[in-house]
Amino acid sequence: MKTDIILAGVGGQGILSIAATIGMAALSNNLHLKQAEVHGMSQRGGAVQSHFRLSSKPIASDLIPRGACDIILSVEPMESLRYVDFLHEEGWIITNSTPFVNITDYPDVEEVIEKIKKRKNTIILDADKLAKEVGSPRSSNIVALGAATPFIDIPYEAFEEAIRLIFKKKGDRIIDANIKALAAGRAVADAR
Amino acid sequence: MQKLLLLGAEAIAQGAIDGGMSGIYAYPGTPSTEITEYVQHYDLAKERNIHSQWSTNEKTAMEAGLGMSYAGKRAMVCMKHVGLNVAADAFVNSAITGSNGGLLVTVADDPSMHSSQNEQDSRYYGKFAQIPILEPSSQQEAYDMAYLGFQMSEKFKVPILIRITTRLAHSRAGVERKDLLNQNDISLPSDPKQFVLLPSIARVQYKGLLNSFSGFIEDSEQSPFNKYYDGEDKSLGIIACGLAYNYLMENFQDDSLKHPLLKIGQYPMPRTKVESLMEECDEVLILEDGYPIIEELLKGYLAKEKVHGRLDGSLPRDGELNPNLIARALKLSSEEEVIEIDQDIIDIVKNRPPAMCVGCGHIDAYNALNEALSEYSVGRVFSDIGCYTLGALPPYNAINSCVDMGASITMAKGAADAGLVPAVSVIGDSTFTHSGITGLIDAVNEKAPITILISDNFTTGMTGGQDSAALGKIEDICEGVGVEPEHIIVFTPLKKNHDLMVDIIKKELAYEGVSVIIPRRQCVQTTRNVALNQRITELNLR
Repeated sequence: MKTDIILAGVGGQGILSIAATIGMAALSNNLHLKQAEVHGMSQRGGAVQSHFRLSSKPIASDLIPRGACDIILSVEPMESLRYVDFLHEEGWIITNSTPFVNITDYPDVEEVIEKIKKRKNTIILDADKLAKEVGSPRSSNIVALGAATPFIDIPYEAFEEAIRLIFKKKGDRIIDANIKALAAGRAVADAR
Repeated sequence: MQKLLLLGAEAIAQGAIDGGMSGIYAYPGTPSTEITEYVQHYDLAKERNIHSQWSTNEKTAMEAGLGMSYAGKRAMVCMKHVGLNVAADAFVNSAITGSNGGLLVTVADDPSMHSSQNEQDSRYYGKFAQIPILEPSSQQEAYDMAYLGFQMSEKFKVPILIRITTRLAHSRAGVERKDLLNQNDISLPSDPKQFVLLPSIARVQYKGLLNSFSGFIEDSEQSPFNKYYDGEDKSLGIIACGLAYNYLMENFQDDSLKHPLLKIGQYPMPRTKVESLMEECDEVLILEDGYPIIEELLKGYLAKEKVHGRLDGSLPRDGELNPNLIARALKLSSEEEVIEIDQDIIDIVKNRPPAMCVGCGHIDAYNALNEALSEYSVGRVFSDIGCYTLGALPPYNAINSCVDMGASITMAKGAADAGLVPAVSVIGDSTFTHSGITGLIDAVNEKAPITILISDNFTTGMTGGQDSAALGKIEDICEGVGVEPEHIIVFTPLKKNHDLMVDIIKKELAYEGVSVIIPRRQCVQTTRNVALNQRITELNLR
């Protein structure tokens, strides 16, 4: 198997937590992985992305070639479009629909959603709302990840286990909240 | 043993710890910061008493590393590429003194300038200093090179440069550890004059370095990091340096590369391997994630060799490489094959540049400064390297320069010398102790009519909130170098203090001498840093 994912969002939205969760799940399934992150200047409220590559075979490049990406997983709608030239035609855009507006010329959200829907395979979900519903408003990133889990060739339980490990220090309450957030996202994908 | 999932930067730290390092010396700088942070937060490093506190700048780091090497122990010095400019005096001369305990200088370059002012290639510095260079292509090689580098340094008795780039520094992959080695005991250099670079001794030392060079090449020929893979299609040979190897292989999965390939991870170049590639192949493509340093070398001034790369347009002249650029250089894909992006999408996706955080003290300082300066003509604010450099962007448009660490004070002085009075400098606390103090002395000695804002947030903010060497010391430093006490003024940059701040700045702008204004408020990103909060309280800085 091979799954190339671009994680997209705005600095501070928690895409590195998504990356850590997939990474942990992948390691426990003995997959090869490479994950290129953005640190430094862009973390200050700028656009950030992470190239996440999973494979049953050794991986050469840390960067995903243009047109080879399988999934764009975005915690912000406009950011999901920033990297579409990396996505192949059958690839999925899975994105949160709640915009993060910290620029003055942010486009009309409806228009953004419309553009995303032009792609063949999309899941657009209100991850912020779903996160609030499960009582974990800060876990919208994990909700978005939940919606992507059917497309990543790792058993769902491995993601739950990864969340348990990653949030271990934060206590059972946070772990439960994130596992519920993951399930809420997954349910959206399953219901499509 | 289960592999560790590490950033390239962390792999270097782990390799150095396992390789018997006794101390790491560094000033934070993207993309090198995580090397030192990994050591600082690693229990084993604490148990082994490995030095890991931040240095005031890269030069002090380089010198302290050299001192530890003098004493016989293994030391690593880390910095971003432009930091090597600051450390260059010590770095270049450390090649002449040579090392005693293993000494590794790890420099992280930033091609494409993700977080930097330029994309200089540190391999030039290694060549300039005439020492061996290691350039990993993977996280595992990064680990191995740090681990083995100490032994290499001790074998040749010179420092070794490890060059990485942003993409490797900040990319994670599985890394396998080797056995944990003991640290060295203290042992002074066998030649007591080795580190005394008086001309008469330096001449001898330099000849020694020159004589070592053939040994460096020999080692490079045998190096496991330099590999020659033969291929049947000799119309083209490929030399891939460091990370470029991965981008190449991405295009040739499952052993499908038919061209001879020389993978380079250690310099100086392995001469016989290069010779056979050049002889066997009709043409050669050089892949380097940085400046075309090997390409230039092999092409020659008269460009008689059929060498391709960044200089003949096969690859872009600047910026980092990627698998697509290499596919195009190898004519595996054409310009037209690049996926067309819907113009609609290009139009709708707006730029989202980094910005200062909500509630940041720099914002209040800039708002006050802008108003205080409104009665003067524009273009008189010299700034520096840090979060506050973002003050160049709208809506602030508050600064007119950002060049190198500390340049705000000295450039303001030069401009004032030219008659641009008042001239203003904006510098952060950590940048001030890094490289601002010497410039302040120049300004004081000539009573230059400049107003310096030292925007103090108690941390090195842009790189993620590392310790600031300036904590609790700024007023004492300024007074100590001769700034008049009545012209050292501290205030808290908050909206409610706006009018007060504007008045103070206006008054100091009118003063025809050196004024230091210190807008002081904790960086909002560090409010949960318990140790820092305790220090701030102890020093009574709130």
